[in-house]
Amino acid sequence: MTAAPEHTPTMVRRSVSELIVPFTPFCLVIFLICAGYLAIGIPSSWMTLTLSGLAMGMMYFIMSTGLTLVFGLMDVINFGHGAFVSLGAFVGVTVLLQLGAFSESPVLWQNIAAVLLSICAAMAVCAAVGWGFERLIVRPVYGSHLNQILVTMGGLIVAEQLIIVFWGPEEIYFSRPEMLKGSTEILGATVEKFRVLVVSLGLAIFAIMRWVLRRTKIGLIVRAGVEDREMVMALGYRLRLVFVAVFIAGSALAGFGGAVWGMYQEVITAHMGNQALILIFIVVIIGGLGSVEGCFIGALMVGLMQNYVAFLAPKFALLSNIGLMVAILMWRPMGMIPVVKAK
Amino acid sequence: MQSEPILELDGVYTDIGQYHILRGVDLHVPRSTVTMLLGRNGVGKTTTLRSIIGHWRARQGFIRYDGMDITKMPTAEIARAGIGYVPEQMGVFADLTVEENMRLAAVSGPINSARLDWIFSVFPALKTFWFAPAGNLSGGQKQMLSIARAMIEERKLYLIDEPTKGLAPAIVSTMARALADLKRQGAAILLVEQNFAVAKALGDFADVMDDGHVIWSGAMSRLSESDELQQKLMGLSLAGN
Repeated sequence: MTAAPEHTPTMVRRSVSELIVPFTPFCLVIFLICAGYLAIGIPSSWMTLTLSGLAMGMMYFIMSTGLTLVFGLMDVINFGHGAFVSLGAFVGVTVLLQLGAFSESPVLWQNIAAVLLSICAAMAVCAAVGWGFERLIVRPVYGSHLNQILVTMGGLIVAEQLIIVFWGPEEIYFSRPEMLKGSTEILGATVEKFRVLVVSLGLAIFAIMRWVLRRTKIGLIVRAGVEDREMVMALGYRLRLVFVAVFIAGSALAGFGGAVWGMYQEVITAHMGNQALILIFIVVIIGGLGSVEGCFIGALMVGLMQNYVAFLAPKFALLSNIGLMVAILMWRPMGMIPVVKAK
Repeated sequence: MQSEPILELDGVYTDIGQYHILRGVDLHVPRSTVTMLLGRNGVGKTTTLRSIIGHWRARQGFIRYDGMDITKMPTAEIARAGIGYVPEQMGVFADLTVEENMRLAAVSGPINSARLDWIFSVFPALKTFWFAPAGNLSGGQKQMLSIARAMIEERKLYLIDEPTKGLAPAIVSTMARALADLKRQGAAILLVEQNFAVAKALGDFADVMDDGHVIWSGAMSRLSESDELQQKLMGLSLAGN
């Protein structure tokens, strides 16, 4: 065996600024909340807007997180992601309506069970369709961004039309489960009950994804694959299977987000995924391609910004997220927590 | 009778886009030896390693490893068959910690602690920075990690592309000792190396490439002792390099 060489290194204590830098994006959310407080001035309004902004952000996060992984790991620009949001909403709401006895019951656990079952059904259907979508539409265009944009947009249009064929062209209106209607008071602020559930679900998804990505071997492979696919294969991993698994998971998460988004709005249309797609892309770009943490922070910032600006200057609400994206990209051109480096 | 080589390239042609990079490479790597792949920049050394590991596909010819035809085999299966690859750019996952990089490299299961102890004895820096993001390591430490990752599981063959490039002399000698350890354990190494002192110290055989094919094969000692041969094959005297 070889003896230790002479240049054995020693650990150097890192400076405070070096310790803070990785947490800067997280601090931005807090900064935005504080700025919102100063701008709004009325504590109860600020609290209501903040909590509803966080809930919106969680929904954006759930819808976007699959896309960021697909983007990051597979280098696939999937405009078809919006189709899974719409499909998830339709499947979820259909199941929820079928579970009328549970959703109309005045018992909270039965209502929550109905919501969870609807979400599970939406995820299962979107996962199965996602598998087919990857195999038939995405796989032939790996490596060609222009073709990916064209065929996945085509896939989105076809999927929307198929939804219209199966569920009809009309918007579907429905009511949320009985105990999730109305609002409740938290710290003096009025918050819709359903938003509290959405925040809990969003946090759970974030925690599960972080655990999978940080603590499991498959998570390691995905994180490494986002950085350098060739090297992961050279270590002995069949990345093609991981690609398929990530695409299926991304589609299922889009279905999850679509189901929750549909229940939140209490109306669903075949085009709702398409309409959400711009916000989803903004979240993914702000967060940094391939980063779940970046996506989480980006989604919260988009949700908060949208709510604050809609309250303070309604005319600028539509521009707020574009402005936020421009500002973030001027500060960090690769997004807040870039994982995928320029290839 | 000499045993069958661990790796054999037979008339390998590889194209990158419209460029014909390899033009009929014939190469043999005997078992438990270090074979140096030498030549000027741009003659196809890196492409040869990448063609073996399957990153670029050979258009023509055969690549045989341990009796198997791996010419068309997927990269992952080539690696699992027992080939460790250390690319020129090191391929370290910067956002993963040193520990995560190593855990990922242990494809067949948990890290073997005896083997890890051996790696720590060769590269103590990795123990010091075990939980640090690999992106924070210096160039030399990243190269150590890249080689350590290939070493974490036993391999029959290592493909290593310029491991000492741009490194300080102390780290170069650490690298050389690590590679010597691997050779002593019975592994074969196909090593692209510009540092002649390292090549001379480690190499059993040398293959010199020019214009996309091997123009000379023989014992490293024969090449290192003959200035004339070096001038003829590479246009320079390696002793002065």
